[in-house]
Amino acid sequence: MDKERIIIVKDLVKRFGDFTANDHLNFEVYKGEIFGFLGANGAGKTTAMKILCGLSKPTSGEANIAGLDIYKDTHNIRKIIGYMSQRFSLYEDLTVYENIRFFAGIYGIRGKEFKKKVQKLIEKLNIQNVAHTLVGAIPLGWKQKLAFSIAMFHEPPIVFLDEPTSGVDPHTRRQFWEMIYQAAEEGVTVFVTTHYMDEAEYCDRVSIMDHGKIAALDTPAKLRETAGAVNMNDVFLKLVRPQKAEL
Amino acid sequence: MKTILIFIQKEFLQIFRNRAMLPMIFVMPLIQLLILGSAATFELRNIKMEILDQDLSPASRELTARFQHSPFFIVSNNANDIADCEFALDKGWADCYLVLPEGFERDLVNRQGAEIQLVLNSINASAAALINAYSTAIATEYVQSLSDGSGQSIPMIESTYSYYFNPEMNYPSFMVPGILALLITMIGLFLSSMNIVREKEIGTIEQINITPVKKYQFIAGKLIPFWIIAQVELAFGLVIAWLLYRIPMEGSLLLLFSFTAIYLIVVLSMGLLVSTINRTQQQAMFVAWFFMVLFIILSGLFTPVDSMPGWAQKINIINPIKYFIEFIRMVLLKGSGFAETKHLFAIMGAFAGILLPLAMWQYRKRE
Repeated sequence: MDKERIIIVKDLVKRFGDFTANDHLNFEVYKGEIFGFLGANGAGKTTAMKILCGLSKPTSGEANIAGLDIYKDTHNIRKIIGYMSQRFSLYEDLTVYENIRFFAGIYGIRGKEFKKKVQKLIEKLNIQNVAHTLVGAIPLGWKQKLAFSIAMFHEPPIVFLDEPTSGVDPHTRRQFWEMIYQAAEEGVTVFVTTHYMDEAEYCDRVSIMDHGKIAALDTPAKLRETAGAVNMNDVFLKLVRPQKAEL
Repeated sequence: MKTILIFIQKEFLQIFRNRAMLPMIFVMPLIQLLILGSAATFELRNIKMEILDQDLSPASRELTARFQHSPFFIVSNNANDIADCEFALDKGWADCYLVLPEGFERDLVNRQGAEIQLVLNSINASAAALINAYSTAIATEYVQSLSDGSGQSIPMIESTYSYYFNPEMNYPSFMVPGILALLITMIGLFLSSMNIVREKEIGTIEQINITPVKKYQFIAGKLIPFWIIAQVELAFGLVIAWLLYRIPMEGSLLLLFSFTAIYLIVVLSMGLLVSTINRTQQQAMFVAWFFMVLFIILSGLFTPVDSMPGWAQKINIINPIKYFIEFIRMVLLKGSGFAETKHLFAIMGAFAGILLPLAMWQYRKRE
């Protein structure tokens, strides 16, 4: 099958002083897939994602997002990606509606176009009641779904999610993944980091990071088969060395 | 441009939603003007003076009466000897004591020159110097009145005073413009730096950085609201100052606000710089305070710049608060126009021209 490659990473290295967070990463992400990025805390997932988003500059190596070079085309990359950070990063002192309006406005979605889209979104999320409530006052699960929707509001072809479900209950996590599936069905490429192994099963392909290197990369089924494991949890435990004490 | 407006709209929403913000913007200046405007004065009143009259002559009583009638002194005559006076000074019942020795009148009449002794509590050196000056003035006046009466002239240099630009020697007129300068500096420096650092703290800055927003748009969107608020603050402060103290407004308000506009670019750039080197609001607050205190003390608000040592005056060359206080006093009290202040415009323009690009460059670099 000939798949279109949308993210290409070659020999990507990121060092912070003596510490190598990303040690010669090589991988490709295909258009429309859900690409899982797994690893223990501190394995270098977030660092790699930040480089791909243009939030941080690599020490060396190459990376390409939808044909755009991460060194030269940062500004254009930003127009075509959505991003949801590990830390909840909407304005708690603005209402749901004001948050959407602000971020939409930055991407140039204003006026009539905005009104139409925001109406649809509010209906889809079923948040009519809290549309004019301060974000700080709504439950965490809703906040996460809202953050995802805002990251997707300008309809980016690629979305980066950094541990989007950490700290939410299993029910909300399930709903959240339904939203991810829906986006992927619409052709959006989803790049997601997580340390929940059950979530890895939902991905089309998974890469497992260990101490700044990619230890394995394949479909969840193949990974289980190769490692002779019953589930992703076992795969993970077999592949990933325990964190060293000096770290 | 639209992006900047979206930022400004968002900032104003957040600023006015913050419950601490409105009181900070409107109550703080009111209280500061009320308290500092009348409390921060160089003038001394109610100086407690013990007079020990060992002469008990008409002349010594006349001099004592002159001190009693002075609005600056509260005179008591309880002491019987020097020891009593020392005791009163020790206990703090008196700020100073004056000894009129035996033979005071005789020496005066004989024109040998009479001696009186003033002993001062000099813990507060500047207060002591003032008391000395006031006392000398009263004594001199008295001696002069003697010579006038007798018709025999004593060769004496008379100095006359006229207080220009603040004819009533009204201290609020002198202090209040300076306090207004402080207020808008505080608003500009603290609110702007804390606001930007807050976005770092809560992590929203990352969400902004991921968008196609350009740095200059973000910075403009952050600084313009505080630029507006500080100008409103100045207008509000001027109204309060006029209502409370009737401070003169001799010069053009348009000129004042134009200068303030440039000055605020300088202050906000400093705020932006502070925010680039700090990660938390506490750090930012601390650094902002450091510069604030340094610049205020050197600014000439409380002590005249001319009396500072040479090196301190050199530091003052780069102190924007000093220029602003100089400007606001010149315009409000003296009625200076553009011709007299254009050097200040040039200096402030140069500050803005250096600091704003520097802060923006620093902000980019830290990205």
